[in-house]
Amino acid sequence: RFVGPLGTIIIKCKDFRIIQLDIPGMEECLNIASSIEISEWRLSYVNQEFAVCPSYPPAVTVPKAIDDDALRKVATFRHGGRFPVLSYYHKKNGMVIMRSGQPLTGTNGRRCKEDEKLINATLRAGKRGYIIDTRPLNVAQQARAKGGGFEQEAHYPQWRRIHKSIERYHILQDSLIKLVESCNDQTQNMDRWLSKLEASNWLTHIKEILTTACLAAQCLDREGASILIHGTEGTDSTLQVTSLAQIILEPRSRTIRGFEALIEREWLQAGHPFQQRCAQSAYCNSKQKWESPVFLLFLDCVWQILRQFPCSFEFNENFLIMLFEHAYASQFGTFLGNNESERCKLKLQQKTMSLWSWVNRPSELSKFTNPLFEANNLVIWPSVAPQSLQLWEGIFLRWNRSSKYLDEAYEEMVNIIEYNKQLQAKVNLLRRQLAELETEDGVQESP
Amino acid sequence: MERYRMEWKDFPWCSVEQVKLLDRFSTSNKSLTGTLYLTATHLLFIDAHQKETWILHHHIASVEKLALTTSGCPLVIQCKNFRTVHFIVPRERDCHDIYNSLLQLSKQAKYEDLYAFSYNPKQNDAERLQGWELIDLAEEYQRMGVPNSNWQLSDANRDYKICETYPRELYVPRIASKPIIVGSSKFRSKGRFPVLSYYHQSKEAAICRCSQPLSGFSARCLEDEHLLQAISKANPANRYMYVMDTRPRLNAMANRAAGKGYENEDNYSNIRFQFVGIENIHVMRSSLQKLLEVNGTKGLSVNDFYSGLESSGWLRHIKAVMDAAIFLAKAIAAESASVLVHCSDGWDRTSQVCSLGSLLLDPYYRTVRGFMVLIEKDWISFGHKFSESAIFKNLYFLGVRCGHLDGDPKEVSPVFTQFLECVWHLTEQFPQAFEFNEAFLLQIHEHIHSCQFGNFIGNCQKEREELKLKEKTYSLWPFLLDDQKKYLNPLYGSQSQKSAVLEPNTVSFNFKFWRNMYHQFDRTLHPRQSVFNIIMNMNEQNKQLEKDIKDLESQIKQRKNKQTDGILSKELLNSVRPESPALKATLSLKEQALLPVNDVLRTIEGSSPADNRYSEYADEFSKAEPAVVSLEYGVARMTC
Repeated sequence: RFVGPLGTIIIKCKDFRIIQLDIPGMEECLNIASSIEISEWRLSYVNQEFAVCPSYPPAVTVPKAIDDDALRKVATFRHGGRFPVLSYYHKKNGMVIMRSGQPLTGTNGRRCKEDEKLINATLRAGKRGYIIDTRPLNVAQQARAKGGGFEQEAHYPQWRRIHKSIERYHILQDSLIKLVESCNDQTQNMDRWLSKLEASNWLTHIKEILTTACLAAQCLDREGASILIHGTEGTDSTLQVTSLAQIILEPRSRTIRGFEALIEREWLQAGHPFQQRCAQSAYCNSKQKWESPVFLLFLDCVWQILRQFPCSFEFNENFLIMLFEHAYASQFGTFLGNNESERCKLKLQQKTMSLWSWVNRPSELSKFTNPLFEANNLVIWPSVAPQSLQLWEGIFLRWNRSSKYLDEAYEEMVNIIEYNKQLQAKVNLLRRQLAELETEDGVQESP
Repeated sequence: MERYRMEWKDFPWCSVEQVKLLDRFSTSNKSLTGTLYLTATHLLFIDAHQKETWILHHHIASVEKLALTTSGCPLVIQCKNFRTVHFIVPRERDCHDIYNSLLQLSKQAKYEDLYAFSYNPKQNDAERLQGWELIDLAEEYQRMGVPNSNWQLSDANRDYKICETYPRELYVPRIASKPIIVGSSKFRSKGRFPVLSYYHQSKEAAICRCSQPLSGFSARCLEDEHLLQAISKANPANRYMYVMDTRPRLNAMANRAAGKGYENEDNYSNIRFQFVGIENIHVMRSSLQKLLEVNGTKGLSVNDFYSGLESSGWLRHIKAVMDAAIFLAKAIAAESASVLVHCSDGWDRTSQVCSLGSLLLDPYYRTVRGFMVLIEKDWISFGHKFSESAIFKNLYFLGVRCGHLDGDPKEVSPVFTQFLECVWHLTEQFPQAFEFNEAFLLQIHEHIHSCQFGNFIGNCQKEREELKLKEKTYSLWPFLLDDQKKYLNPLYGSQSQKSAVLEPNTVSFNFKFWRNMYHQFDRTLHPRQSVFNIIMNMNEQNKQLEKDIKDLESQIKQRKNKQTDGILSKELLNSVRPESPALKATLSLKEQALLPVNDVLRTIEGSSPADNRYSEYADEFSKAEPAVVSLEYGVARMTC
């Protein structure tokens, strides 16, 4: 199926853009699969026809010890058929992040041996893992009434469960509407502005999401433990956490290509329902049941980390703003549909162009490149204190005030950096010239 | 720091070992253990990693001894530069001793005990005097274009007879005679009659300042009315002038009952009277207190932070000051109208508005040196606070507002801090308009309270002369100028922003919490990489590279010339040969040095979870759920 030179596909396929759509994601999957000891993980095509899980891609990475039949069984035990799959492999210590939907324990405490076996297969002998449930305990308990639930300690003794509270659906949407509304009001006094900013709760959501992502990253990197992350469906808050944890942990995801791959893998392939979530944005009058700025919150969190580590990202703020715009309305097919299955049915690969093929052209890339970027191989731990979080002015105040002076300052900064490069090059050139002249002189003088 | 070290080694008053320094925000008890030293001027903590924390006694705002805990006696010290440190001293007696010493050391009763009088930066008398002469206000008025045909230097206050708290040299309208000045001063609170603060040469308009008139409900003063008329006549461009009362209307009206008040438009010809509603020092003081309480909270939630920010009113006050300054600048820039500014006594809000207004109008004040001049002019020379309730009869306003001496705490107020914050907001909106950077503002704020230099000590010009500050202490400005590199804005210089009248946008969302001021010492809250520093260093590097290129080019030229000459004389050879290997060595050294510079610049500060207060996340681990085995060992591992 996916034959051909791995890792170079995007660059080679400049002219036949159409088939690029899901290649970066697959490539990443395969890269991960190939970089992991073969004895532990394998690529499974159990979902090739989208029959086992409609929101998963055809190929997913699972523990080697679990066969496809077991996966089918586990799928019936997880919300939306979203059985635990590999999301991220931490090369440093071999620990992993997995994600899934909630277990369907229901009120009578159903269990699924295969599910337990699957996630236990990811643990090293004697090691414990963490399950991060993005819902508060009481919400998770209530979910049992509707057939959902959470992993019982008795059945998962090697796992420690942590509940966080990341909001979802209309609560986030209301938050966005309130925030945008108050940003648009130029006349309000200071007290009103601050109280509306507070009442929107937007930055509270940012803090919750970032804190959970840091917790996940900490489990992995500091505790040396593998983790499983899920909420209810495993298509929203779960993806925010898994993708942000990777931004924190994995230097590659802070590069442009790496970030594109992350979006492909953790958002598009992982089945975040873009069509449902990003249909209307902030100015919709009618209540849209599925509308929710989950992806925007993720981008905002990335921006917060970018603000704190301005040299550790290859892309700049404009890149994030561009992604935000295309997620809501785009001439490209990338963000259409709710999952891979729908995108296949819509034949998007044949009928539309990929956003990445456009973005990755040098002329576009230059707009999105951070001039201060210097590869940083460390784990970057952001501060989540309220004093460290800021309103993303580039998004929310963009149309409400002139950014002329800020833009000019940015240009000046770019100029200084460019000038520095030129000067360095020139100095090196002159030094070489001088050295050549000196050796010539030496040759002349020595006889 | 080297300087301090010399001093404290000479006088180590006392030291206590095994003291713990707690992380201010940590919810777990993360701490550093080290030794606490007390010197004549500083408190010093050296932790196990030999990292030093210096706290000047003058910076200490409050010392608090908390209830004894199992690990020792907690001591919380809050500083005027918004540093908060939390020590745990193992023995209660030691703690008590430190507490008492600090209480005494931090509150000086006499000017002579202030640090500035003992501070010795090893300069000779000539250098010291030169330092004091660096900023010359007469020169500054000349720069503005006064004296001229409409404005003159008045000698009325040469012996401080008319107004004790004004400087000797005052500029007034040429047509205002001495009797008019004397008459007007009698009608103004504390004798602070209208004088020139800033003259806008091309608009021929002036910013004047004074205190409130003693008008009560109906009193008039013909001389005062004449003086105001003289000010408006001194402006040929616009015969109307604005009178800005920077107080809220209610406050001004209340003052009438005490025989004070504001100008009645009916009595003064050609004035437009305007209230701008900046709150008084007491409101400002409690506002800042609330702000500090909120942002000092452990485990602060986003909602508490913003509701605290709102209820403190701090940003509202900042916006009010800014709006007033914009009103002032617009009157001058757009209408060429002169403006007279006052509040009650004309040394708090008036100074804020006059200095900010000038800063908006005149790009000179946005340079490093110009900013020093502005502070000297509007804050130091005109400023004063007479405080009957204080122990000392005449307390200089900055001294009082910043609590240099042990006085009435009700007189302490962050007026100057607000001024600096307004300037910071301007630098955020106009990143290329200021020659200086944030560090410059923070450094000035540091020294407003440090009493290390003589600038901010003493009482008006009169008392400063009596204290012989210029003989006994040093001026801050030359030290800042020597260190100028640190305070330069690398982006300064876009012509459009550099020369223009600044018109800031004061829609509420433009005002942000100034983290670097109020959390200057809480490094973990700061971004881990600073774009600013990188660009600043790169700018420096560029200058060096430009020089290198010139050197290299001239060397290459020299070489080439020699080669074309073909035959080299023996002497020339000898003079060049020994030089070149050395040169080569320095060059290659530079080449090596250049590249790592970037790496050093971009090193990430404090990017380890231990520094990052991830205890917030780690709490998750310590909150053991009933059914789950406790992860105590996990916590221990995570915090170490």
